[in-house]
Amino acid sequence: MNSDKITKIVLFSVSFIILIVAGGMVFSLVGGAIPAFKTFGLGFITSTHWDPTHGQEEYGALPFIAGTLITSFLALLISFPLSFATSLFLGEYYRNTRVAKILGTMVDLLAGIPSIVYGLWGFYVLRPFLISIGFENQGFGVLTSSLVLAIMIIPYATSLSSEIISMVPNDLKEAAYSLGSTRYEVILHVTVPAARSGIFAGYILAFGRALGETMAVTMLIGNRNIIPNSLFSTGNTMASVIANQFGEASGLKLSALISIGLLLFVITGIVNWIGKLIIKKMS
Amino acid sequence: MKSIITVLVLAVLFSSCQNSAKKKSTGENVSLTAAGATFPLPFYNLVFKNYSESKGIQVTYGGIGSGGGIRSLTDKVVDFGATDAYLDDAKMAEMPAPIVHIPTCLGAVVIAYNLTGIDELKLSNELLEKIFLGEITNWNDAKIAANNPGVKFPDQKIMFVHRSDGSGTTQIFSDYMTKISKNWADKVGTGKSLNWPIGMGAKGNPGVIGMISQAEGAIGYVGSEFAFAQKTQMAKVQNSNGEYVLPTMASISAAAKGDIPDDTRIMLTNSSDPESYPISGFTWIILYKEQAYSDRSFAQAEATVKLLDWLVSPEAQAEAPNVNYAPLTDDAAAKAKAILRTVTYEGKTILN
Repeated sequence: MNSDKITKIVLFSVSFIILIVAGGMVFSLVGGAIPAFKTFGLGFITSTHWDPTHGQEEYGALPFIAGTLITSFLALLISFPLSFATSLFLGEYYRNTRVAKILGTMVDLLAGIPSIVYGLWGFYVLRPFLISIGFENQGFGVLTSSLVLAIMIIPYATSLSSEIISMVPNDLKEAAYSLGSTRYEVILHVTVPAARSGIFAGYILAFGRALGETMAVTMLIGNRNIIPNSLFSTGNTMASVIANQFGEASGLKLSALISIGLLLFVITGIVNWIGKLIIKKMS
Repeated sequence: MKSIITVLVLAVLFSSCQNSAKKKSTGENVSLTAAGATFPLPFYNLVFKNYSESKGIQVTYGGIGSGGGIRSLTDKVVDFGATDAYLDDAKMAEMPAPIVHIPTCLGAVVIAYNLTGIDELKLSNELLEKIFLGEITNWNDAKIAANNPGVKFPDQKIMFVHRSDGSGTTQIFSDYMTKISKNWADKVGTGKSLNWPIGMGAKGNPGVIGMISQAEGAIGYVGSEFAFAQKTQMAKVQNSNGEYVLPTMASISAAAKGDIPDDTRIMLTNSSDPESYPISGFTWIILYKEQAYSDRSFAQAEATVKLLDWLVSPEAQAEAPNVNYAPLTDDAAAKAKAILRTVTYEGKTILN
């Protein structure tokens, strides 16, 4: 057997394993979710009532879906100015300089910090700070979680966008300069439009990351099974309720939690799909 | 390529043979595996380590939660399980074979709070109900002051912290609340996780303690082993005799002084003993009554029962207070020993 053939077989079998794992996940999620959907029907998605008390069990996932979407969207909103400015700094203004290299490494480092550390930082540093400036009265809730989430997703958005921005062809930019454009005009009318689909992809990636984040959010959101009605309200997210309740769950409750996992899977899928559609339209 | 696969297959077969050979071998190297409740984990870690040092029998205990312990025993992947809530008759019937409960020590649920300068807080049953149902929302409420003459309470919102994860601690707490409050029983009920009317959730005892210690005006419930180790502010709770009792080793043990059924399956909350702290409870180890199952050797079964017999003996019980658990009363220990003497291997009792 020649090495070419062996490589082919190895590559094929490895990719096949990934296919099996992903398929197996969907299969077991759907299988586990059936009892909950059979009992509650579509009401499982639209109901806000979550009552694990024995004998009157009733599960509705809406508070968690709302909590996940609200915190993730807020995080994206908060992180946008920060990561957009950083990516311009890294990819355009200070491209290939030592400053950019150091800053770029720092940004990547942010991605490597375990989420429990972000949670602790939010708990012991950010939360007391928010209270001390009078922004919050108890500090647990949507705003605190979103702020920490925003910092957590900065590296995902920044790395990809700065890479794409730095790849915009010099010819384009030089042409604009030769027509008398200022640097600001070049960025606004040449660089960003040329790189927009890549930048957008970075934010989709960051949003997906925020959707699935568990530990840091659990520590900060207050874990109340209600739909948050303000920035300062407590709430709960899909990933957080699974992490909290899975250990002691059985029967219908276990199925409800698996269903939430399935819904999270579907939501992430939809977000990626919409993202791809938009990217296609842009480029 | 073919030869690589052959080698791999042989290796897998060989190692699996070794595994099963190990399991069937009797005698010297018996090791025990167990899993379950996290509440007694520090106690079990300590005594099991002592036991393996003196008797040479390795005991591995995984703190995976009471539910996980019951599931592991159902799947027969452990020698024994551990749980903070006993299995009721319906759950016993769901097990593949009859099981027995062995109480190993007592713990309590402590009402921890954070109010600077207030070292004594007496909570009547009525106050507990009103605070935890959200009917009293500020520490300067007249009802709290009336119950604590001489204490000046601040104008501070009450922040209730409960467990966000399913837990035996919540089970004991809610069982007590259900016993003392009709309103609680109607609105919330008993369980490992509940539909909380107010408050915010934190994960695990460390999470709850952390949140309470961070927020002035917070109140919540935590396992006694954590509260004692962290030396938090603890409230005196009114027991069924009307006495206000602080949770201590003695007052927790006292909860087991009343009548205990022979199978030891009882919630000790709201005990009738006048000295008892009312939110106390046993933690149990559960095992199959017939130990000959899934290829288990007699040595394995004997080691299991002997370990548990030692666990309820005075020698092991004396270690409990060192890690903040209350030891069994003599009566409870005697009942545990009697139960262990009903455990059989192929129909014959193991201990005499």
